[in-house]
Formats: sequence, C-alpha cells, structure tokens
Amino acid sequence: MACNSSTCNSSGCYKGYVEEEQPKPNTKAAVNGGNSCQNLCVKCKVNEPVCCGIGGENSRFCKDCFKNNLYGKFKQAVTYNAMITPPDKVLVAFSGGPSSRVVLQFVHEMQYKAQKNYDANKDKSLPVFGVGVAFIDESSTHSFTSQHIEKAIEDIRLIVSNLAPPSKELFVVPIESIFSSDGIDGKERLKELLDAVSDVTGKEDLLSHLRILLLQKIASENGYTRIVLGSCTSRIACHVISATVKGQGYSLSADIQYVDSRWEIPVVLPLRDCPAQELNTLCSLDGLKIVELLNGPCSGINGLVSSFVKVLQEENPSRECTIVRTAGKLTPFHFNRVPEIHDSNVPSATRRHQKRYTLKPNGSLSSDSFCPICNSPLKKSNFPSSLRSHGSQQNPDLFASACSSCQFQILPKDPSLMEEFLSLLPQQMITKAKHGDQGNFSLLREQIQEFLFSDGENEI
Amino acid sequence: MEADSKPKKSGARLCCVCNQNRAALKRPKTLEQICRECFYAVFEEEIHQVILENQLFKPGERIAIGASGGKDSTVLAYVLSELNRRHNYGLDLFLLSVDEGITGYRDDSLETVKRNELQYGLPLKIVSYKDLYGWTMDEIVKMIGLKNNCTFCGVFRRQALDRGAALLKVDKVATGHNADDIAETVLLNILRGDIARLSRCTSIITGEDGPIPRCKPFKYTYEKEIVMYAYFKKLDYFSTECIYSPNAYRGFAREFIKDLERIRFIPLCSCSSLTSVKFENFVVE
Repeated sequence: MACNSSTCNSSGCYKGYVEEEQPKPNTKAAVNGGNSCQNLCVKCKVNEPVCCGIGGENSRFCKDCFKNNLYGKFKQAVTYNAMITPPDKVLVAFSGGPSSRVVLQFVHEMQYKAQKNYDANKDKSLPVFGVGVAFIDESSTHSFTSQHIEKAIEDIRLIVSNLAPPSKELFVVPIESIFSSDGIDGKERLKELLDAVSDVTGKEDLLSHLRILLLQKIASENGYTRIVLGSCTSRIACHVISATVKGQGYSLSADIQYVDSRWEIPVVLPLRDCPAQELNTLCSLDGLKIVELLNGPCSGINGLVSSFVKVLQEENPSRECTIVRTAGKLTPFHFNRVPEIHDSNVPSATRRHQKRYTLKPNGSLSSDSFCPICNSPLKKSNFPSSLRSHGSQQNPDLFASACSSCQFQILPKDPSLMEEFLSLLPQQMITKAKHGDQGNFSLLREQIQEFLFSDGENEI
Repeated sequence: MEADSKPKKSGARLCCVCNQNRAALKRPKTLEQICRECFYAVFEEEIHQVILENQLFKPGERIAIGASGGKDSTVLAYVLSELNRRHNYGLDLFLLSVDEGITGYRDDSLETVKRNELQYGLPLKIVSYKDLYGWTMDEIVKMIGLKNNCTFCGVFRRQALDRGAALLKVDKVATGHNADDIAETVLLNILRGDIARLSRCTSIITGEDGPIPRCKPFKYTYEKEIVMYAYFKKLDYFSTECIYSPNAYRGFAREFIKDLERIRFIPLCSCSSLTSVKFENFVVE
C-alpha cells in the first residue's frame, strides 16, 4: 500500500496507513490483513479491543473474546482431564485473590449451564455436580484486626451468595481447626508449632501443608469428591523454581500437573494454563470482586522466587509459560490423573474419554512412600528405616520418614526437640509417619478393584 | 543459617582440622574454620576424590585444559598439574586457549595464559575465531547487536576447543566449570525451555559420543573456594569479566542465586546436597 506519510522514505511502509485508519469508524468488513490489528479484536475482528493478553500488541481482545479465551482454557482443562463429572461434589478453595475468584466464577458458570441443561432436559438421569466454597481463615497467624478479617469474611459471604442459583455452601474455617481441639487450644498449638520452625521458608511451607490438609479435612467431612485450586501458570512457574532450589526436584512433577490424586480427595488445577496477568485483567473487566487479605509479603525463598519470576516476566511475557512447559516435560507420577471412574452415573463416553486420554501407568513414575509432612513422593532410597521401625508404632521415626527438604527446613535440628515437635503436629501427619511404608492404599486398591468383592474391603 | 561457631580456645581461633595453626579463613563450603595449609589440603583432596570417583582420567592420556586466563582455569591448571604429580595420574597436560577477538578483554587475558605456560610448565596452544571462522566476536556483535552474543560465542568456542584439541591430539578437554556455573546453567535452561541441554548440563563428562569428551573436575567446587585458593596461593589470573556479559541473560540467574545464598546457605556437612548439586535432582526424561 502506498504510504501517505510525508516523512516516510522506505518502501512497503504501512505506518502511515495505520495512522490514517484511526479516525475512521470501525466497520465490519475486514480491512487489510495485519494493518488493522491495532483497531480490532484479533479474535472476532469485529469489536474494539479493550485489553491485551500476554502476547502484548499481538493479542488485543475485546471483552467477550478475552473472557471466552480464558474460559475456553479452563473448560478444556476440565474436560480433557475429566476433572468434574456429574456425580461429583466440588470444593473450591477460595483465598480471595484474583485466581481463586476467577476459578470460582468459572466453576459457577459451568454449573449454571449444567443446571439449565438439566432443567430443560426431560431425561433427568444426569445430575448436576455440586459446588461448595472453602475459605481458610489464617488470621491467627497474622496480626490483623478482627474488623479487617470480619469485613473480609462478610465480603466473601456476599460473593458466594451472589453466585446462586445453584446455591453453594460456604465453609469459613480457621486454620487451627486442623488440630482436633478447637478454639484457644488450637491457636496456641499452632503458634507453638510455627515458632518451633526456625527457617522462614520452612514456616511458610509448613503453613501451606497445613492448609491443604485442612481443605482435605473439610472436603472429606462434607462429602466432597474434588478440591479445585485456582493455581495459575504464574503460581506454578514460581513453584517450579522454588522446588528446584529447595532440592525438591524429584517430587516437583507431582505438584504441577492438572490432577493430583495422592490425596484422599483429588486436587485439580483447571487454571493451569492461565497467566496471572490475564486473570487480573478479567477481574477488572468483569468487575469480579477480590478480597485482598494482605498476608504480609512472602519472605524467604518463596518471596525471592516470586520477585525473580516477576522480573523475568517483565523482560519476556511468555517466560512463565516456558518455565511451566519445561517442567511439564518431567515424568508425572501415577497419581497425577483422576482415579478411574467406576460410577455408572457417569456417562460411558466420559469414562472412555478419561481412560483414553489420561496417563498410562508405564508413562509415569510410581511411588509407594510419601513424606508425612509435605506428602511429596519419596525415592525408595530415602526410606531405608521403614522396615526397621515397622514394629515400633509408638514413636515413629519422623526424621527418617520425611523428605530431605522437610528434614532441612521444617524439622528441628536438635534431635532432643523432635519428640515435642511430633506432639505439636496434626494427627494426619503423625499417622502418615507411622504408616509411611504402607504407602497409599487407595491407589493399590484401584489396580485390583475389578477383582475385589465389596465385602472383602473390610479386611484391609 | 550459620553453623555454630567452634568453641574458642583462650582467644585464638584454631583450625578445626589440625587444631594447631590459627584459623585463617572460614571455608565457604562448610563454614569450618580452617588454616591455610589445611584448606589447600582439603580443597585439593576433594578434587582428587571427584576425579577418582567419576573416573575422569586414565593413565597415559593427553589432556587439554581449557585456559581462559580466568581464576577457574588458572586454578584448574595449577591443581591438576599438582595432583598429576602427587598422585601419579600419568597424564600429559596442555593449556588450550581460545581467542574470541574481544578487545579490551581477551587480548589481556591471553597475556595471563602465556605467563601460566611459563609458570606451570605446560605447553600452550591458542586457537582464534579469526583463524577458524574469519570473524572476531567484536565483528559479530557489531552485526547482531548486544543481545544473544553468548549463544554465538558459546557455540563457536566449543567448536574451537574441539579443533584445538584435535590439533594437540589430546584425548580429553578439562574445563574449569564450577558448581555455581552449573547451577546457573540449570536455571537458565529451565527458564529457556532448553530440554536437550537440561538433560546434559549436570553431567560431569559430556560429549563422549563426539570427537573429544569434555569433563568438569570443578563440578562440586564452589566459586568462592576457587577464588579463596587463588588468592591465598597468589596465583596469577585475570579477573575482569567479558565486556559483553552485562547484557547476558545468565546475569539474571547469577543475581538470583546470589540472593538465594544470602537467604539460605547450606553447609555441605549438614546436608547431603547443596543448592547447585541439588539441581541434579531435577530429573528429566
């Protein structure tokens, strides 16, 4: 195209063309190829773009296309990995931040659509999956004013109640409930436990282990079959780096897949392919309310990695995706897929789909033993004392059964303090330490499921 | 994160190994208080063990030491010739230097290597980009700008080392890559998604299926200890960085690892693996 700019000298220059284009109203007719990218949504080429994806200037979307793009990634992750099926009851872990707000929104929209289909359908055979929301109140570990936390909880209640129909149960649970004893005792015990960990990073990590255990507890006690986390690409990229530098390289692949079934209630990550930047943009575009609970800046290694990844991201917006893709090449574990669905309520098409697309056993690593604190899979060599201590159930050798990372950053250095530390840990971790060498029963059971009679289960 | 300090004896801090001499330094690797002589001994002994355990060399082999004139290669040349003598490795050692044609940097460091040739009595061979490829790095940078120079230079250098090694008719090339270098490389490869490199970069011996195998005797050696050794032994080395390095992507990784070590430093005695060696756990299929 001829360039009308009087200052331009090079041939094939379309700078002037684009500048000329600006004052004209946007028309439906597609204009010259790449030149019109500046003015129209790259997807529908109809509407005016209002935001950018992480591709920068090359990914300017209008509001609808942007949202559909993100929702599409979510939906694909859910379908491809059979994360949510009709008989499931799904617990969404809600922290108040943008990622969990978006995942809650998307899960709700998926449920809403399913409900509408159900209502419109004469055949009511397929139920609509249930959704609950869990918020872990960690105010006892920080110095928030009670008004601050009460206001936050109020906001959360409002958000959840507005996401109806279908209505969703909300659980607001203080972190100290992980201990069987509640109230003041729980708070004290939690404080003692965290104070017993001298390493800053270890403290933060221990808290996150307690958090996931509590989510498991809530899900299990209330009949939920899945836990949904809003972990996005950015969060996973940070985890890749921090796990590498903490020496958790062996177990890293277990934490970054779409599905993590080593827990009693499988944990799924449907926003794995969504960068934080896009989720933030969606929240502001769609007016999704975020409840900011400033837990204080993450210090220690986690905070350092976070700022490091941020710097890299500024230098190159696709860096987070590259990191996650690289780590995605690590061999996942056999529990990184949804357990086989034997429920006849699930359409056979879904079951066939899940069987075909999820990992085959020989394409994954198997692991029988897990660290009692962080539940990371252990290499067999880490666990020589299991056979020796098999008989002594009284004092499980916590140190020997833990992974090297937890040994270093969480467990007390002084062996004489170990027993006291043991007494402060929640019951779930102690049980794991005792039965560490017996591995994960549910996964073993899955392999022989078809040969078991239901009354044989009681003997296990 | 510091290890408990050893109990002091009437004001004088004694070396924890020999318990006789005054401690002159704190070992960066283990935070032990140690005197100079014991430091030399333990530094050299650890490298000797790495060489034995990984079977890096065989008697009668001709080995080219990649010599840049920097601290790593100078210390490597010094220690290898010392260990060769002391433990009778039976190796024929050579210095192999690559001239990339970077003015204000390489021309100065080459002078250092020439002095090393005399000081250590090791024959020196210099190969240059200009001779091999017809380009100096300065010319290349003028062409491609200041980004991604290291990628070009790295590829050319490896070729140059292979060619130089062939000219010297050596069996292996030994380079001074240390634990910090390898840690940075692992991180860099994760960030850039270079799966192929990631699976190779922690091996102590590489290129066994190629023309000349290469090994890294300093794989488990901390950079700080190499500097410490060179400083106390008063070894002659060139300490300026490549003039193009401020723009290198590796800088990100280096900064990060330095910050990381400020937060958490793991003395090797208390934990079986250290930050950089821990990266080995990053198993890639």
